[in-house]
Amino acid sequence: MSARDEVLARVRRATADVTEKDPDRDVPVDWAYGQPLATPDVLEDFVEKVEDYKAAVRRVKADAVPATIVEAMQALDTTSVVLPAGLPTEWIAAVEAAGIVTHGDEPQLTHAQLNTIDAVLTTTAVGMADSGTIALDHGVGQGRRALSLLPDRHICVIRADQVVSDVPEGIARLAPAIRAGSPVTWLSGGSATSDIELSRVEGVHGPRHLSVILVED
Amino acid sequence: MTATPTRRTPEPGSWLGIPAFPKAAPGELANETQRRNLRHATTTIRAKRVVRASEVPNWEELRTAGAQIKDRVGRHLDEYLVQAEEAMTKAGITVHWARDAADANQIVAEIAKAKGVDEVVKIKSMVTQEIDLNEALEAEGIAAWETDLAELIVQLGHDLPSHILVPAIHRNRDEVQDIFTREMGLYGTPAPEGISNNPEELAAAARVHLREKFLRAKMAVSGGNFIVAETGTLVIVESEGNGRMCLTLPETLVSVVGIEKLVPTLEDLEVFLKLLPRSSTGERMNPYTSMWTGVTEGDGPQDLHVILLDNGRSNVLSDPEGRAALRCIRCSACLNICPVYERVGGHAYGNPYPGPIGAILGPQLRGMEDERDRALPFASSLCGACNEVCPVRIPFTDILVHLRHKVVEYKTAKHPTVEQGIMKGAGWVMADGSHLATVQAGERIGGRVFRGKWLGPMGPIPIAKEWLKGRDLEPLPTQNFRQWWKKNREGGQR
Ligand code: SF4
Repeated sequence: MSARDEVLARVRRATADVTEKDPDRDVPVDWAYGQPLATPDVLEDFVEKVEDYKAAVRRVKADAVPATIVEAMQALDTTSVVLPAGLPTEWIAAVEAAGIVTHGDEPQLTHAQLNTIDAVLTTTAVGMADSGTIALDHGVGQGRRALSLLPDRHICVIRADQVVSDVPEGIARLAPAIRAGSPVTWLSGGSATSDIELSRVEGVHGPRHLSVILVED
Repeated sequence: MTATPTRRTPEPGSWLGIPAFPKAAPGELANETQRRNLRHATTTIRAKRVVRASEVPNWEELRTAGAQIKDRVGRHLDEYLVQAEEAMTKAGITVHWARDAADANQIVAEIAKAKGVDEVVKIKSMVTQEIDLNEALEAEGIAAWETDLAELIVQLGHDLPSHILVPAIHRNRDEVQDIFTREMGLYGTPAPEGISNNPEELAAAARVHLREKFLRAKMAVSGGNFIVAETGTLVIVESEGNGRMCLTLPETLVSVVGIEKLVPTLEDLEVFLKLLPRSSTGERMNPYTSMWTGVTEGDGPQDLHVILLDNGRSNVLSDPEGRAALRCIRCSACLNICPVYERVGGHAYGNPYPGPIGAILGPQLRGMEDERDRALPFASSLCGACNEVCPVRIPFTDILVHLRHKVVEYKTAKHPTVEQGIMKGAGWVMADGSHLATVQAGERIGGRVFRGKWLGPMGPIPIAKEWLKGRDLEPLPTQNFRQWWKKNREGGQR
């Protein structure tokens, strides 16, 4: 018997006591999915939770975004940055005007090349206020996964209307992209470890710094 | 004769040398550094968990939902497995099935060989510990590098993990400094000259040491926190980013996942992604969560494999009372709250799953043939603290009592034991007041004999010796309560 058939046969034998064939009727789940969390001010909550991870948050109007991007990069001593395809041209122009070396990803940069670039600038798919989580679905403006992984600093721009109250709403927003086969990455602050005597150290392998620019209109 | 081939990776410690829990515990108890490290770590993490759980207004409802979803999966596992296999295959993942550790290890080794790869990078995963994958690969000449900081400490320390989440919890910063200074250079970039015991410096050394390995790795091995049956999406939750490195950079990724790790739908993830981080590290969310649904062209590994592993899980499933253990999402909250674990540490449990979950999972996964597995249901005070913290409401104390019963049954089937003799005796004593009086008279005499402890801690009681070894007992009193009352209260001597 193949391993597959054997494992399935064992599982069926092990659950022979289960007579109700419909999983939903056999074990009802008392949970209302996708509910928002009642929060007085979702954006305020989001900012507070993201800052709690020691990430820098800047709240700005749309017209101030290019200048704020440059400011965020300079605050992190950025001299080179990788720009995924699809970012607004004003952003790119501002970064170039500030004298920061820019790299595109077409043709794809090698991992070794990416490893030498200081920072990455991306847009965002969703922000989740209650946990301070930012989700990328690696669509337009977000780049493939390696871009937001190898450089040490990540500057990301999120629109106010992309911020939802909590994880359940976040999953609901991301579900279409996941169903379409996109990989999804959730970031909550920068890389961190607590493996040595439980003392938190920021930055082990991923980007050590996360800067978030929240665009409100 | 040929010389013994040299190993590629540090030789680990071995579970095989560890005796059954009652014999292993006293040695571990005597290790004061470990006890201090553990007390500090578990106290810190317990306090964080309480704060984060209490922030969530519907925490108890979430726990119920988590338990229900996992029960649904367990009770209809065959359907969900077939559904997940189909969805993953459609998404471009090659799905393999493994009856046991040997099957799974062989599949991983074969994939590596087919790719011409002689080293792999690994994300910390309990399941690859369980099947001893690193050693199986080493035997095939393939080096497996652990990339989680704690796992790196364990691997370079020729050690064994002692906690589900923080495998090097028993080590302090001085020990880590020693290990890094001594070993890193033997397997790659050495630790910087004169590195101190500061956790930041140590973590920075690990970053440099491992980045070299990430950048050249052609193949990675991971576990998996969840597989969504409906979409075939894999989910890995982590902190350091080493997971993302492994999941993103190599061309080939093999994920070994226990068959119980399924959830039915994408929506179900909302329940577990709220429960898991708050229960495990006491954070609102772990720094990184990766979700992938098969191969994405131009992004990440282009050759994806998933190995669905049984290795005793169907045994666990076959016991309607014990199967709730399969709900476990490996958050480690039960370890952190367990007074027994806090004192003896993880190694005494003799397998990668320590603490309360290890005590119920070990004997069910592997059966009762081994003395060490039969001892595990007794490695608990039944205080029930684990019942209260478990995010998926595993009824630990019920399962422990159930398994103790099964151990006794197992032993009776083989041969009656001293312990059963004593329990029978206890039954006789409790059944009748006059019997109790008789025994009390005997105990008083015993108490006089042993007073002064010149015989050692209860050692010489001939028949009960083995039984008493694992238990702390005061020497027996020289008078019973009624005598004491007569003398000190009734008789008016005061
Ligand atoms: S048994 Fe419960 S508390 Fe223990 S590790 Fe598993 S999920 Fe966490």
